[in-house]
Amino acid sequence: MKSRFTFMFAGWALAAMAVLATAQTAPLELPKIIAAGTALSVSTAGSGRAVLYIVGPGQALRRDMQLGETIIFGPGDIHNAGHYTAALVGSSSTQTAEFDVTAAKQPSMLSFLAKPSRLPVDLHDGISGVVYVLDAFRNLVLQPTEVSFELSGIGGATQTRVARTQNGVAWVEMDSAPKAGSTQFQARVGNTTEKRIIQQVPGEPCNLRMSARRSGARVELETEPLFDCRGNTVPDGTIVTFKETYNGGETTVDVPLKRGVARTNVPAYDGSIISVATGVVMGNEIHWQDR
Amino acid sequence: MSSGRLLAFIITAVTVVLVIEGTLFPVSSAITLAGVGTGSLRASSPQTAVENLVQDINRRDWNAAYGSLANKNEFTEQDFVRDLTGAYPSLRSYATLDSFDVHPLHASAENAEVRVNLRWSTVVGTFQDMRDLQVARAGDRWQVAWPIVKEPKVSPQVIPVNYLRWDVIYRGPEDDWGEQDVESPHVRIVDMHPVDRGGGVVLLGELMNEDVVPAFVTVKATLLARNNSAIATEDAFDKMSHVLLPKQVTPFRIDFPNVRLSEVDSVHMDPSSSLVAASADPVIEIEDQILAGLPEPSLTGKLVNQSGQIVNIAHVLGTFYDHGGQLVWVSDEYADRALMPETPLPFLIPLPADLSGRVSSYRVVASTYSSSRFQ
Repeated sequence: MKSRFTFMFAGWALAAMAVLATAQTAPLELPKIIAAGTALSVSTAGSGRAVLYIVGPGQALRRDMQLGETIIFGPGDIHNAGHYTAALVGSSSTQTAEFDVTAAKQPSMLSFLAKPSRLPVDLHDGISGVVYVLDAFRNLVLQPTEVSFELSGIGGATQTRVARTQNGVAWVEMDSAPKAGSTQFQARVGNTTEKRIIQQVPGEPCNLRMSARRSGARVELETEPLFDCRGNTVPDGTIVTFKETYNGGETTVDVPLKRGVARTNVPAYDGSIISVATGVVMGNEIHWQDR
Repeated sequence: MSSGRLLAFIITAVTVVLVIEGTLFPVSSAITLAGVGTGSLRASSPQTAVENLVQDINRRDWNAAYGSLANKNEFTEQDFVRDLTGAYPSLRSYATLDSFDVHPLHASAENAEVRVNLRWSTVVGTFQDMRDLQVARAGDRWQVAWPIVKEPKVSPQVIPVNYLRWDVIYRGPEDDWGEQDVESPHVRIVDMHPVDRGGGVVLLGELMNEDVVPAFVTVKATLLARNNSAIATEDAFDKMSHVLLPKQVTPFRIDFPNVRLSEVDSVHMDPSSSLVAASADPVIEIEDQILAGLPEPSLTGKLVNQSGQIVNIAHVLGTFYDHGGQLVWVSDEYADRALMPETPLPFLIPLPADLSGRVSSYRVVASTYSSSRFQ
């Protein structure tokens, strides 16, 4: 709603300027470039009442004034980077000027996109970080700026990369660590930092093995603690499928890992073959013989 | 214009003829289910006695149905109601009787045996309940002895469960656009196979959750013609398991009726996944799976709930493979009764007769729905 009024006001101001500018045009004395958020003073000459309009991207300002005065716009009044038009509309003449507002040189905010937020361990260039360098008014700082990226956390050495922004954007690719856990991905420009959490999760399980023992009329099955090929514990909840085959029949159970192991029981059939698998990884087989 | 009027006339005439025929010569089960002639259909024969009983069941007039039984002394009315509607909330609890068949098996002057096939309608399709009823003459009328099926009761006990669940915190509306959201689970279609069947195209496949978090998954497919235009788009709906735990695999089947495979140039698959708060329990054992061949090919087995939680609805999905390990068919079945802890519940997944000879191996998965999980 606010932006709609801004646009209406800006449109009205521009229309008024266009009509009045046909009568008489004289340049206003304004700097050609100012930084966003800096104060601006506009000197005028003559006498009588006038209205000063400043119209820019997403912003329109109006000041009623006495000609001959100096109008001061405070810090933060003009804050959106872009091309601006100023018009001083008096009773008998109109003066116009154009100027540009650039982003402040001092970065004060970072928009940091870190992808993905979760990935397997030990993946080359698996993590990407993109930083948009912004000033205090969220204008993109186009001036080349060095951004330092740091990936640190559980296990593995801290990875650090430095990238220079191009058109306000800097990006890097980093490797995921061999050890699973949450790692902190940090982007820094000067004193401004932004942090993201990257969860590095175990890869495919390695060496899936189970053991069996009789329990009444059933066979209790239990896997050994499950690790990936880097020695990380496979997370709880991972489905392990036990399958028992006997005399043309089958029994299957999908069991989630709990506390690192999967445990279930199946009917005891003499001569049955019991196998175990998780995802695309096969484990050992047990030929069950009643003793 | 004239042909349109002729068609309208023919449709009207056929409708009138069918209405008259249906009124004058109604199907007996339709009369019964409609509740017409309650007084006129006296239990003068074993078949009529069974039809009267089914009519009372259809109206859920349990008192009248129970009162008409010959073996009331063997169970209570509550047992009778529980037999028909389930002791715990399940598909049966919300089912309505759609239709039924009565087949006399044998009869004498005093006794008869009648098979009744009740077809119950539910939100996920129909299920059948077949009972062989003993009917005995009692004076001038016949009475049905109801073969009660009592759901086994679980002994009071404590079943320890290491409860494992996932909760999800998503990005908030006030967060910066650069603020990362939680990553959607990574899922992969590990198999996909289109077949021409029954005048349509059927896509069979399997989907795996490769991630370490649970996923809510759907699969949508678009059939594309040679000019790359879309012929049809469908999704797997309930012919798949939608909640997948890490490394879990679900089959899926997508039916495209009235599309010929020869028209299809390519298929665009669109699997989607989102994080979902899920529980790792209950664990369902699928016991005594046996593949039966012709004349009625099916996969039978028993579901055993290894957890302590009552499962209200269990959905069983069967994936069938040929000798080369290629997908042949995907079929499913819902259990009509609640799944009690440690209590086997039989299931039967039908298999098309023409495919039974090709099936060499199979895989069965079960997904469950418990009302207590959402409380």
